[in-house]
Amino acid sequence: MAIIGSGILTGLGVTLRHFVETYIEDFKYMGKKAGVQPRMIRRQSPKAKGIVTIEYPMEKMPVPENFRYIPFLVKDDKTNEDRCTSCGICAKVCPPQCIWIARTEDPVTKRPVPAPKDFFIDSTICMNCGYCAEFCPFDAIKMNTDYEIAYYPETENDMRLVYDKNRLTMNESFHWNIHPSVKAAELEAKAADEAKAKAAAEAAAKKAAADAAKKVALAAAPVVPDAPVASVAPTPAAGGAAMAARAAAAARAAAAAKK
Amino acid sequence: MSEVTATPAKPAAKPAAPAAHGAAKPVAAAKMTPEMSAIAAKFGGAVEAAQYEGLLVTDHSKFIEIATYVRDVLKYNQLTNNTATDYIKDGVIEVVNQFTRVPQGGAPLTLKLRVPRPSGHDKTQPVPSLCPLYPGAEFQERETYDMYGVVFEGNPDLRRILMWEGFNGWPLRKDWKEAYYEGDTKPFESRWPGGDHKLAEERVPWEDNVNYPPGFDPFAFKPHPDGDIYDSMLAPSDGTVSIDNGHGVAPTIVEGLNASEMAELKTDEIIVNMGPQHPSTHGVLRMVVKLDGEKVTDLKLALGYLHRNHEKIGERNTWLHNIPYTDRLDYITGIYNEWGYVLGVERMMGLKTTDRVEYLRVITGELTRLASHFWAIGFLLNDLGAFFTPALYFITERDLIIDLLEAVTGSRMMCNYMRFGGVSRDFTSAQWAMARELAFERLPRTIDELDHFLTENEILKARSIGTGYMSADRCIAHSLTGPCLRAAGIGYDVRRADPYGYYDRFDFDIPVLYNGDVYDRYLVRVQEMRESLKIIQQALNQAETQSKVGDIQGGKKAYNHRVPAGQCYARVETPKGELGYYLVSDGNQNPYKYHIRSCSYINLNSMKEMAVGQKVADSVVILGSLDIVLGEVDR
Ligand code: SF4
Ligand code: SF4
Repeated sequence: MAIIGSGILTGLGVTLRHFVETYIEDFKYMGKKAGVQPRMIRRQSPKAKGIVTIEYPMEKMPVPENFRYIPFLVKDDKTNEDRCTSCGICAKVCPPQCIWIARTEDPVTKRPVPAPKDFFIDSTICMNCGYCAEFCPFDAIKMNTDYEIAYYPETENDMRLVYDKNRLTMNESFHWNIHPSVKAAELEAKAADEAKAKAAAEAAAKKAAADAAKKVALAAAPVVPDAPVASVAPTPAAGGAAMAARAAAAARAAAAAKK
Repeated sequence: MSEVTATPAKPAAKPAAPAAHGAAKPVAAAKMTPEMSAIAAKFGGAVEAAQYEGLLVTDHSKFIEIATYVRDVLKYNQLTNNTATDYIKDGVIEVVNQFTRVPQGGAPLTLKLRVPRPSGHDKTQPVPSLCPLYPGAEFQERETYDMYGVVFEGNPDLRRILMWEGFNGWPLRKDWKEAYYEGDTKPFESRWPGGDHKLAEERVPWEDNVNYPPGFDPFAFKPHPDGDIYDSMLAPSDGTVSIDNGHGVAPTIVEGLNASEMAELKTDEIIVNMGPQHPSTHGVLRMVVKLDGEKVTDLKLALGYLHRNHEKIGERNTWLHNIPYTDRLDYITGIYNEWGYVLGVERMMGLKTTDRVEYLRVITGELTRLASHFWAIGFLLNDLGAFFTPALYFITERDLIIDLLEAVTGSRMMCNYMRFGGVSRDFTSAQWAMARELAFERLPRTIDELDHFLTENEILKARSIGTGYMSADRCIAHSLTGPCLRAAGIGYDVRRADPYGYYDRFDFDIPVLYNGDVYDRYLVRVQEMRESLKIIQQALNQAETQSKVGDIQGGKKAYNHRVPAGQCYARVETPKGELGYYLVSDGNQNPYKYHIRSCSYINLNSMKEMAVGQKVADSVVILGSLDIVLGEVDR
């Protein structure tokens, strides 16, 4: 049997080591400006030793890209149009039911128009689950990574935590900024969509003239090796090779989106 | 694919005798297992096949006899789960009991009882209580009483447990409506397409939506809700401890004094309230202890301060909505809670998962087990008086784990990671590298350090060896599960006893120790952390060669799941013990019944026996060794 007290002494040795390591770590970064990123990131990484705390709010850890807080709506930078079509899926999947969507109606026909008239998210109810962003078929709602939304109420009926469409809507560039990994895919999908629309328009325009050229065009179109089998490529009309390639790109994007 | 061990809800050919709930369709009767046939053969007229699963005991007077047979002859020695379901269209409330063999495991045996559904807020007619046979039934039956108004004849303390005493009505009955009630099931109509935000308070003024007992005036109300607790404890005791908890029936003795000195020493009996706001109760839990000197002679728990009627919310939700809610049960082990739930739904829907999904589930699940054990040991040491030095060292390690989970899932604790048939995201290569670094380098080192730091510490040993002892038999009878049961010499772990996921592909041990005290519970947790690491290391290695990156959704990405009518009891081994989900579907988008067999809650059932006869300071340590999380206790 060990000597009485040796267990405690071993334990104290561990605390002593932690204590000393704290200073060794600090010496390594001495002379460098406080709050520099490398020190902070090391302190919060599996390599951390000694002191591991950072001094929030003076120092802030960058949040990971997937981090989710309150959702926001994305609008197109160029056309200024909402991506949202007010399909209502996000309102249905929202577990605490904190999304309210008013659909736009055509003033004349009274038929629904695919755009939201208003869009509310009650952030006091939102449980930050991320379902809305996950299930939106149009990539129109995304999760913000800003977690500092607390404020002092200024009036008795201060409702700033209920976000309306105005305050929810953000630029595409903001979205790509905080979610860089999706930018390329979204741009590609967008280009593919545009190509598809253009292809359809061109196809329609040239349809009349196409009959004679059709045989030639089909013969000229190269077989695209990686085009998915189930692609719904628009009929390549007189466009020829370039056209077929674009159609294949569209099909690829569609297949990727389906995944 | 996860192994299907619970009886899947497959409609059998024979229509059931009892009428269906929901629409008046005939409902499939349960498949008979050999054990069920044995009961049916012995108690012919008293039982019949229940709908979906298990046996329905039609003759209530035979119920105790049948339960005794189940316990003593069929050797189902643990009552796993007790709850009820309100089949409002049939006009019955069905009490469900599930029994397991410990430590052999296997699929549980289900016994059901039906009582007519009383009108209004009346209680039901009494059904026999299982407490004399299975002491672990006490808290569970009290909860069923609290939620459904089912009266259990023979329960020693049939009071409300999660709701307060002045509460009117039985919240899980189908006709009970909560404050700010908006509809029976989500999604609510008002959200789309004509959504106009209103605060819940504006929509439903609370005066219109709150029920009071007849003659109750909320403004004249003077609370004395705890009269019952104190009254039952006030009876003077003769200085002996009346519970046989394995220490024997011992008079209170102060060590070092002989009998005549003892007679001179006068101690007063006092009742002390600990909590609900107390650092040593791990949350909003109140312990009422009766003390003779420093010795605990009686102990009662007041629960429900964090109650939010999780199960009612679960019935309003769609199947998918419930996944993020399960994170909020035991918020230290969010991922594991989700796993239990999706496992149940996958079994009911017959969904298949991919290899990648199963590996990711094991990796993230075992990481949460590590995180939870770090937390548990840290706070156990806090309770022992090592104020926060060990706890903070371990919280550092846990923080690294949840940093990784945050990067993968998007949230540190409320991960919302599992999906039916899949998970929400795969690891990126940087995250994978971090997982490897944690599993192969950082965490093995820190667990060794933890061991070195604490295990031989004389103060820890002096305080915890022999404290909170409970014998193996009593542990089983009290429905205790998890590390506490394994510290009493029972190698029962759902990962082996009722396997799920890919656990059969890994080489790991279930650590078992035999002293049944706080020190062994601590040691079992340390050992389990090493085993978890082994599992994670193997899973990381296997996943690299045997699964395809990005293959994370088995089924297609759907949000409006319809689960075939049926029922399922799915269970997983969380760090705290056996977490079970009892789910009933009537074929709709929303669960008809959503019950959680909460291990934290049921483990608390044994608290009294462990603490009586010990010093009051030790009762705090015992609670710490049970490792409860109030989010799961109170639901
Ligand atoms: S945000 Fe997406 S899911 Fe929600 S209504 Fe708009 S398009 Fe539909
Ligand atoms: S994050 Fe979840 S709770 Fe919040 S708005 Fe989206 S779906 Fe609703």
